[in-house]
Amino acid sequence: MVAQNISFGVIAFVMAVSAIKVVTTRNVVHAALWLVLVLAGAAGQYILLAAEFVAATQVLVYIGAIVVLFLFGTMLTRARIGRTEAVGNRQWGTALFVAVVLAGTLGYTLIDAFRGEKLPESVDVTSNTHRVSDVIFGTYLLPFWALSVVLLAVLIGAIVLARRE
Amino acid sequence: MLLNQFLLLGAFLFCTGVYGVLARRNAVLVLMSIELILNSVNINLLAFAMRNGNLDGQVFALFIIAIAAAEVGVGLAMVLLIYRNRRSIALDELDALKG
Repeated sequence: MVAQNISFGVIAFVMAVSAIKVVTTRNVVHAALWLVLVLAGAAGQYILLAAEFVAATQVLVYIGAIVVLFLFGTMLTRARIGRTEAVGNRQWGTALFVAVVLAGTLGYTLIDAFRGEKLPESVDVTSNTHRVSDVIFGTYLLPFWALSVVLLAVLIGAIVLARRE
Repeated sequence: MLLNQFLLLGAFLFCTGVYGVLARRNAVLVLMSIELILNSVNINLLAFAMRNGNLDGQVFALFIIAIAAAEVGVGLAMVLLIYRNRRSIALDELDALKG
């Protein structure tokens, strides 16, 4: 338990610092690289939450594919690489206010509702992926099919949008 | 481990993402902030999946990862299109629909 709590603390600290860097750094490529740290930390938290299949998917899809897409998007739009003044807009003060108020409200509500509630000590993870696949291809078979149609639509839509006339 | 430590981490990431969406004017950076928000939701779902001892939360998290990939694909295609038409991806210059 102590080891889990220490690893939670370390990973959570890295994630918090990286998340703040993602939304404050002036360099678009650096923001993408800080985002990699947040996503990897999230994968670590998923393992702590006994969801190793989701963690593997997170690494494959997010770090493997989405971050590469972001870097390509940065390259193709020639967003200025290096320090630029123009990444924030005029309403950042309002945005900071909204974020702080939201954080206060969410934090108060969560602490009020779940104070001291513990997660189960031991979870059977020996056949976790097996059971996840049973749930996906059992209860959630229809949403899974719908998801494949969504992905096909996105594939066609992205090609149509990005194609030169 | 407490349930709240994961939920509060998720709340913090969510608020950071909201700040990024509101304060950034580069469209690619706004999409990155949306990824932060989606990840915070995933942490919440997995925390409650572990607390309740069933796997529905994990399945929802997988669905969210797939939808996030789709969203980034279409979003970046739209950003490319905007860049090609206007030579800029600054969101506060996209005011063609302003009355």
